[in-house]
Amino acid sequence: MTITDPLLHVSGLTKHFPIRGGFPVKRTVGAVRAVDGLDFQVAEGESLGLVGESGCGKSTTGRLITRLLEPTAGRITYAGRDITHASRRQLAAVRPEIQMIFQDPYSSLNPRQTIGRIVAAPMEIHGINPAGGRERKVRELLETVGLNPEHYNRFPHEFSGGQRQRIGVARALTLSPKLIVADEPVSALDVSIQAQVVNLLQTLQKDLGIAFLFIAHDLAVVRHFSQRVAVMYLGRIVEIANRSDLYENPRHPYTRALLSAVPEVTDHARPRERILLTGDVPSPIDPPSGCRFRTRCWKATDQCATETPPLTRIDGNGTGHLAACHHPETARTTVAV
Amino acid sequence: MTSPMPSAAPFQVAADPGAVPPAPTAPSQGGAGRSPGRLAWLRFRRDRTGVLSAWVVLFFFVAGLAAPLIAKLYGKDPYTTYGQNQSGLLNDFGFPIKPNGGISGDFWFGIEPQLGRDVFTLLLYGIRNSLLIATVTTLLVTLLGVAVGITAGYLGGRIDNLVGRIIDILLAFPSTLFFIAFWPVMISIFVSPEDNTPTWLIVVSLISVMTAFGWAPMARLLRGEVLALREREFVEAAKVTGASPARIIFKELLPNLWTPILIQGTLALPMYVTTEAALAFLGVGLQDPTPDWGVMIQRGSQVYQNDITYMLFPGLTMVIFVIAFNLLGDSVRDALDPKIRR
Repeated sequence: MTITDPLLHVSGLTKHFPIRGGFPVKRTVGAVRAVDGLDFQVAEGESLGLVGESGCGKSTTGRLITRLLEPTAGRITYAGRDITHASRRQLAAVRPEIQMIFQDPYSSLNPRQTIGRIVAAPMEIHGINPAGGRERKVRELLETVGLNPEHYNRFPHEFSGGQRQRIGVARALTLSPKLIVADEPVSALDVSIQAQVVNLLQTLQKDLGIAFLFIAHDLAVVRHFSQRVAVMYLGRIVEIANRSDLYENPRHPYTRALLSAVPEVTDHARPRERILLTGDVPSPIDPPSGCRFRTRCWKATDQCATETPPLTRIDGNGTGHLAACHHPETARTTVAV
Repeated sequence: MTSPMPSAAPFQVAADPGAVPPAPTAPSQGGAGRSPGRLAWLRFRRDRTGVLSAWVVLFFFVAGLAAPLIAKLYGKDPYTTYGQNQSGLLNDFGFPIKPNGGISGDFWFGIEPQLGRDVFTLLLYGIRNSLLIATVTTLLVTLLGVAVGITAGYLGGRIDNLVGRIIDILLAFPSTLFFIAFWPVMISIFVSPEDNTPTWLIVVSLISVMTAFGWAPMARLLRGEVLALREREFVEAAKVTGASPARIIFKELLPNLWTPILIQGTLALPMYVTTEAALAFLGVGLQDPTPDWGVMIQRGSQVYQNDITYMLFPGLTMVIFVIAFNLLGDSVRDALDPKIRR
């Protein structure tokens, strides 16, 4: 998939959370490098999956793009507009087009507001009066996400987790966005309900042509939902590729290790390859020099400690398949299992 | 959702995905849902202690508010010295002649020793004045505490730090001692010692001093609540849609703060009633010709060896009122916050 005129363009995106300490005068003594130089694009109508283990900066990335957090460095360009440091008023024009779906359906809906008010709130904030009135629009949206429009006057506590997440989706759809940042939208749900919600999002993506930045730690869900996938490790993207390239031909050792950890119904006759990583993820306060994965990589050399591998296309990869590694895995077809 | 049967509770947590959880007591399927406030009201109505204390508290407020009306129907006022004007009520030592403090068909709660005022109207007006001061103080304290608490919690950073230190200092301050020591000084700034201090000035100064030292607990509570709510995802959702800080505070945060505000408020009011009475007893605040609960108890303590009845009425009514209001506060808390159990 070639990228022509991306909807969202992120370059060098960085977020460092300062650590303040010291006595008697508090000062910045360090920084948690949650996100450290991300480059990626999301095309119109495309779904980019962002995967990685806990604490690698996925959610921070989502919050930076929706500008819930202020980036430390880098650029976020949405449809040609630089929104990196835009103020609330400057963002007002872009806000309707970038929406977010949250992880926890139990805390993402205000318990004191009816479903109708929650879903209508974005219209209220932007002063939009659709034809037929806001209530009708809300009822339509509820129907779109598979809820009974009669639930208009009910309160969040009367719904289950899956239903609440649908309400969250309806709220995100209210302003007809072009990009939805979905921050682990299904990880808090039961597996059976996960599938329902993912399928709903997929239908919406196809029917309404909404681009998604789909943040998840579940590789199977991302594979099902996203056309392109980026793998993050300790605040950096280590590999980004089309779905089939990444899942079938991972070039970064971390991607391979991650994929091998996906639980599957195994065929005992042909035990699959399993890579066990040793050690813990290093602290993002003091990340390793060079390649950040080197402390846990079985291929690490001195070069990995001194040189930071650039995120580039490695020989043998398809277009748009980038990886940041000095010693990439050989193509899957020649790997001896 | 509350269910009449406790055994049904676990099923409501994990309702089945496709359908609405069946509401056993809601016949209007698909109609208006029951708001958290409405559910709290339903819980409160089932709490007998709460309902009873609510009636008692209401009775006191009605009695206080309607004091002039009741006094008019009763035909007496709290200022006339009936015992000195009419003979046959007080003996030579100034104590009621009739037993039990002079209780009779004319004087329902008896007459005051020495001055001979009517205890019933005195008590009514005393309740009226005490409740007025306590209610206004509670409202002001709540307003100030909520404003400061939300500001500190929402803005965070330096402002939060500064407000936090001020709250710490206020809470560590011995406020009762301060009232006793500085209240006369404060009054002397406005009124020369020769003049009589006007009652309105006493009331205003009392209210403002109690407010100045009283807002800290409310502010601290609200600050904590806002800090927790601010991180909730529905606040972020409002931000993502471009909501202004004012909208977030008034539409998203405040509706979730009514519970702690109401609980703290209902527990604060009886406290101010007793504080005001204690101050009046110690000679700070309202002075004798003005009817007041605390002033009455002070008078009662001077004469109780000869006329216990006179102390009994203000004392007992205050105990009943404070207990009822505290029980009401507990019930309000239980109704609004069913997870917190004593």
